[in-house]
Amino acid sequence: MSERVESTDILDQLTSEDYQYKYGFESPIEEEIVPPGLDETIIRMISEKKGEPEWMLQWRLQAFRYWQQMKEPHWANVRYSPIDYQAISYYAAPKRSGGPKSLEDVDPELRRTFEKLGIPLHEQELLAGVAVDAVLDSVSVATTFREKLRSLGIIFCSMSEAIREHPDLVRKYLGTVVPPNDNFFAALNSAVFSDGSFCYVPPGVRCPIELSTYFRINARNTGQFERTLIIADEGAYVSYLEGCTAPMRDENQLHAAVVELVALAGAEIKYSTVQNWYPGDKEGRGGIYNFVTKRGVCLGDSSKISWTQVETGSAITWKYPSVILKGDNSVGEFYSVAVTNNRQQADTGTKMTHIGRNTRSRIVSKGISAGYSNNSYRGLVRINPSADGARNFSQCDSLLIGDKCGAHTFPYIEVANPTAIVEHEATTSKIGEDILFYCNQRGIDTETAVALIINGYAREVLSKLPLEFAVEAQKLLAISLEGSVG
Amino acid sequence: MKRPILEIRNLHARVGESEILRGVDLVVYPGEVHAIMGPNGSGKSTLASVLAGREDYEVTEGEVLFDGKNLLELSPEERAREGLFLAFQYPVEIPGVSTATFLKTALNELRKHRGLEPLDAMEFMTIMRQRAALVQIDPAFFSRSVNEGFSGGEKKRNEIFQLAMLEPRLAILDETDSGLDIDALRIVADGVNALRSPDRAFVIITHYQRLLNYIVPDVVHVLYRGRIIKTGTKELALELEAKGYDWIKDTAELEA
Repeated sequence: MSERVESTDILDQLTSEDYQYKYGFESPIEEEIVPPGLDETIIRMISEKKGEPEWMLQWRLQAFRYWQQMKEPHWANVRYSPIDYQAISYYAAPKRSGGPKSLEDVDPELRRTFEKLGIPLHEQELLAGVAVDAVLDSVSVATTFREKLRSLGIIFCSMSEAIREHPDLVRKYLGTVVPPNDNFFAALNSAVFSDGSFCYVPPGVRCPIELSTYFRINARNTGQFERTLIIADEGAYVSYLEGCTAPMRDENQLHAAVVELVALAGAEIKYSTVQNWYPGDKEGRGGIYNFVTKRGVCLGDSSKISWTQVETGSAITWKYPSVILKGDNSVGEFYSVAVTNNRQQADTGTKMTHIGRNTRSRIVSKGISAGYSNNSYRGLVRINPSADGARNFSQCDSLLIGDKCGAHTFPYIEVANPTAIVEHEATTSKIGEDILFYCNQRGIDTETAVALIINGYAREVLSKLPLEFAVEAQKLLAISLEGSVG
Repeated sequence: MKRPILEIRNLHARVGESEILRGVDLVVYPGEVHAIMGPNGSGKSTLASVLAGREDYEVTEGEVLFDGKNLLELSPEERAREGLFLAFQYPVEIPGVSTATFLKTALNELRKHRGLEPLDAMEFMTIMRQRAALVQIDPAFFSRSVNEGFSGGEKKRNEIFQLAMLEPRLAILDETDSGLDIDALRIVADGVNALRSPDRAFVIITHYQRLLNYIVPDVVHVLYRGRIIKTGTKELALELEAKGYDWIKDTAELEA
């Protein structure tokens, strides 16, 4: 039985040394790269190459000065070797031409994974970096969507384009939720961010489609320092999807993205992420460090921000999508499934800061640890003195697969208003040999049993994802944990 | 003459260094109900675990044929799909998986194995309601996680409910009576009796004779120190009840 499980272990095959070598994710790609290192000259160079206005350059330089005075934080429950920030190249113009010519040239194992995930053909091509036709195809799809959005007054473009075309909006909101001096990685991102998404939904408009970078031209190779800003004006609604379920490779080990969400009165933003960056090999070598700052502000009364995330990739994840509940009666939500396998480490959670009256927040976190991995939930619920009638409910569950992994919960609760109601529930369960044998004895093989248990466990979070995304995410969870038992 | 559903020949098995089964022989025909009794530590539950394919046990000698097939070379799930069912002595809780989802998955795996189409939700619900009535399971349980928060008696009833759903050819009941009060015992026994059929055999492992008042066995075996030392009719169970296991132990030692 265990042999059969091993033979289908896609993660194993994807992450073996042989695989890396053979399928050349590190093969030379034609790129325009600035020299490694970080100083003002480099930042000026980045800004110039992107054709940015002076105010943007000054904003970056200011962030850089903050960054120089900050220290890399080490309070998260993760371990990694020191990062040499002067050894990183901070700008690489996307000029990919060395990719495979067609899917036929793509590694069969990778294709099998795509098929298992049920990813449509043209998307497979895009993900595998197949050039020409696939991209053209996607551009035409994207153009159709953009026209539809434009007719509604919705702006959806790359951050670079927004800086050029909509400077007033960008200047008004950029850095208002995550200030450049917010933390070490946010400061670094502010100084050197490469690109990202910008979205503005005008008052009263309900965005009719789920926005995702997939529908955005020039979305590929946005690089390691992605910057996203989404604004929902009064009474507007938008649902945004980030990432994809297919395994994502990148030459850059350090990823420090910043996402800012602004919801004005009566507006609602739903932000869903499926993160599946390369987790490293079985020993954890070579995986992505994902140090992300995501925060939304419910600026207006009765606004709502909802984060949903399915985190399966990266060697190290350090991420706390948060909501500042400023407007009265505003609502913040955080739904998370974080999977760690092999040597992966995740320290993730959320911060809910209640400022307005009758603000409500809900946290549902489901951690799944397997292999030798470490999975931590870290959350802060802060009720300010002004937040009369604030309510929070938190549910933090941990699931352990095997007995070599770790699950940790660090819930912080700070309540400064006596009318607030804060509830916290936590459970820990384990998928052991006994449960698997029980399932086997009913005719259910180990792989199916694990998928069944994981999906049941993560159901509450998966159900918050847009439907087709949820189906993919469900399969992804099963694949991420293949070979972790048996 | 029908072919035996189960044929155990000279079965030896151990956990770690200690040999627990030391030459078990047993032949069960379809339609029969066999009871295996014996004092604590005689190897009753080990026998059940080895037949179901639990990994902790190593078979060192002997063979087991299930409907003529070599059972020992099949994985636990293949054994289940071939029609072997074990009602666990300690049923586990499966967090987050409802009884309905669990049983639907299991039943459809069995159907797939037999080349049948999977049942749709409506067909499945109909069967589930009908079988639940057999062991007086409240349909509210369907949407609850498997065994989670169930009382000991509810877990045992749930095992028999699963038996009714999966319709095995051989059902092994491992101390299903332990921890049951008299009412629960009667419900379980009624369920089992309703499931008796000419095509289905039962092996009932029990420490006490009590259950056998309700489920009347065709054959009673006494397992002692890893061997079947005595085989008889239901009267043997009554005799054991009256005289205790010491009587049989003495006999065994005399013969040895």
